Amino acid sequence: MSRLAVRKTYKLYVGGKFPRSESGRSYEVVDAKGTFLANAALASRKDARDAVVAARAAFAGWSGATAYNRGQVLYRVAELMEGRRAQFTDEVAAVEGLSRRRAGAAVDAAIDRWVWYAGWTDKIAQVTGSANPVAGPFFNFSVPEPTGVVAVVAPQSSSLLGLVSVVGPVVATGNTAVVLASESRPLPAVTLGEVLATSDVPGGVVNLLTGRVAEVAPWLASHMDVNALDLTGAGELAAELEVAAAENLKRVLRPEPDEPDWSADPGTARLTAFLETKTVWHPAGL
Amino acid sequence: MAKLEYAPAPESRSLVDLRSSYGLFIDGAFVDPVGGGAFKTVNPATEEVLAEVGEASAEDVDLAVRAARRAQARTWSRMTGRERGKYLYRIARIIQERSRELAVLETLDNGKPIKESRDVDIPLVAAHFFYYAGWADKLAWAGFGPDPRPLGVAGQVIPWNFPLLMLAWKIAPALAAGNTVVLKPAETTPLTALLFAEICQQADLPPGVVNIVTGAGRTGQSLVEHPGVDKVAFTGSTDVGRLIARAVAGSSKKVTLELGGKAANIVFDDAPVDQAIEGIVRGVFFNQGHVCCAGTRLLVQESVADQVVESLKRRLGTLRLGDPMDKNTDIGAINSAVQLERIRTMTDVGEAEGAQRWSAPCPLPDRGFWFPPTVFSGVSQAHRIAREEIFGPVLSVLTFRTPKEALEKANNSPYGLSAGVWTEKGSLILWMAQRLRAGVVWANTFNHFDPTSPFGGYKESGYGREGGRHGLEAYLDV
Repeated sequence: MSRLAVRKTYKLYVGGKFPRSESGRSYEVVDAKGTFLANAALASRKDARDAVVAARAAFAGWSGATAYNRGQVLYRVAELMEGRRAQFTDEVAAVEGLSRRRAGAAVDAAIDRWVWYAGWTDKIAQVTGSANPVAGPFFNFSVPEPTGVVAVVAPQSSSLLGLVSVVGPVVATGNTAVVLASESRPLPAVTLGEVLATSDVPGGVVNLLTGRVAEVAPWLASHMDVNALDLTGAGELAAELEVAAAENLKRVLRPEPDEPDWSADPGTARLTAFLETKTVWHPAGL
Repeated sequence: MAKLEYAPAPESRSLVDLRSSYGLFIDGAFVDPVGGGAFKTVNPATEEVLAEVGEASAEDVDLAVRAARRAQARTWSRMTGRERGKYLYRIARIIQERSRELAVLETLDNGKPIKESRDVDIPLVAAHFFYYAGWADKLAWAGFGPDPRPLGVAGQVIPWNFPLLMLAWKIAPALAAGNTVVLKPAETTPLTALLFAEICQQADLPPGVVNIVTGAGRTGQSLVEHPGVDKVAFTGSTDVGRLIARAVAGSSKKVTLELGGKAANIVFDDAPVDQAIEGIVRGVFFNQGHVCCAGTRLLVQESVADQVVESLKRRLGTLRLGDPMDKNTDIGAINSAVQLERIRTMTDVGEAEGAQRWSAPCPLPDRGFWFPPTVFSGVSQAHRIAREEIFGPVLSVLTFRTPKEALEKANNSPYGLSAGVWTEKGSLILWMAQRLRAGVVWANTFNHFDPTSPFGGYKESGYGREGGRHGLEAYLDV
């Protein structure tokens, strides 16, 4: 007789812990053929607000960590994902309806993307900062700093590579994130949460919610303690979410008309989207 | 200390040849508004009407945007960066040549002291055009990819506090990057923008590259919402910034917003007091406090608070308030009756909420809009005068004991435009500078500006940067 598998409970990842939705709700996740895969937590408004609190609490520590340290931590995420490669491949194949070979390629690219962003942590300031030759006796320089708490509506199609491609740049630059995973393909996101929890990423730096975009995203878009909004996976809701974001002048990254090809070279645009430039002046003289 | 008596030293008005009425500047020519609307602009120091100015309707804005689109597609985007740069250099030179005239006109229309328009505003305007002129043929090396493209037509709305300087901050980088512009100056200070239009004519700038549409909020709204505008740049209040952010939501328009502030100016007990006093005065009373980055919250360490406030009051007693055209004047006129009313309301609220008000003992002229330099002590963080932007010569004094408390109070604001730190201890300056959530930190100085130095806010002070290499990004498709 074959052994009965021990199934995983797919929960939220908030503040470094794995709560169920406070609402006690869940929703069915099915594979590309409509076969039941799991029940995922159906996040509520309260879960979203808890996640923002966790992200805000984590911001001072994460943004204040040295860039070298952040790079080490994010590289460690890649290491741990490598160890779970088979599990990620199974999940990506199931939710995206891919062959194991193509799913494996997406997982490999996701792991490599963490390596790419890990390397950026201590370089972006040199690329985007400057010493400014002002016309006077002053030392004047500009440095990039993280915007703060970034709410991310993750891509709907690419459940893992797309997710890593939007979360990586947010946290590499020192922001903390509240991420709404792909609505119909949330399982790899939950597993990524398990990787983050066992790497050295401090709790609250990345918070992963699963559920309905139309239900949860408006609360994040209008939340007064969220500083920026990545609408990559927001689809038709993007315009109304951008309107809500104006209340406290969140920085908004608008979605492209079609989901990007995540296997392409990511460039630096997503790194600079959630950076502020700070300019410091000091007189020079005797 | 008694105030020294100076003989009046008024700048001559004869340098400015004011017309009785001005049209809109569209497609290289001055034209009357389609609907024939007009409004008057007054000298806030005398309430004398300076000129009548055309009020652009949505139809006029449409004509201006179409002219800008034609110029962008047919002329400006096809020109080499080198040629665009040469036009900007030409404009910079003409601004220098006509600097005295521009300074006088700015002071007449705005009310700021002539020594500020002459020594700060206009030199910075010329410098800004010189700086961005040089970028026009170097965009490939600006760090935005090998072939960065312009956005198209920029719709720009600017405030009344630094009329020509804000115009320069908007137009110079836009043109350098290959965009064309439609700019709306503030309704109380349209005149230097219209003189700038003449400068564009003198420079033989191709028609339609720069268009100036005068008017009030409705004109600005028409411009921001026009579907032919690819880029919106706004400097002004946070409330209007929010409206603009909502108006462009769901469009492909790129937006930069430079909005309000409530900057903390933090004085530690080891600060050089005399220097700090000058910095505090410059920080909040420069330009009558009509400065978004003004250091309006003075956070002073408790042990030196009495000494600092006493020295500050003594210094404020020596400031000369009066005729902005007088070269000795330190404090000019409040820009408008509306703004004066706002300042009065907010200072009344300050008293009603229990803060102690002190105003410099200076006589106010009978005509015009005036408000004396005013200091509130005994201010708590909950007071509205410590939270809301007043945009006038009003300082709120709060105290702190430790650097952490200073930091906490400084960052306790929805705004994040600027901050000041005064101490002789270098490591404390850098510790504070790293943690202040503000786009500009002035250490042992305040309110300096330079075309090479990026300027802009955190949080509800807006987004995007103006000045420096960073300022190009706002006008490039990156």
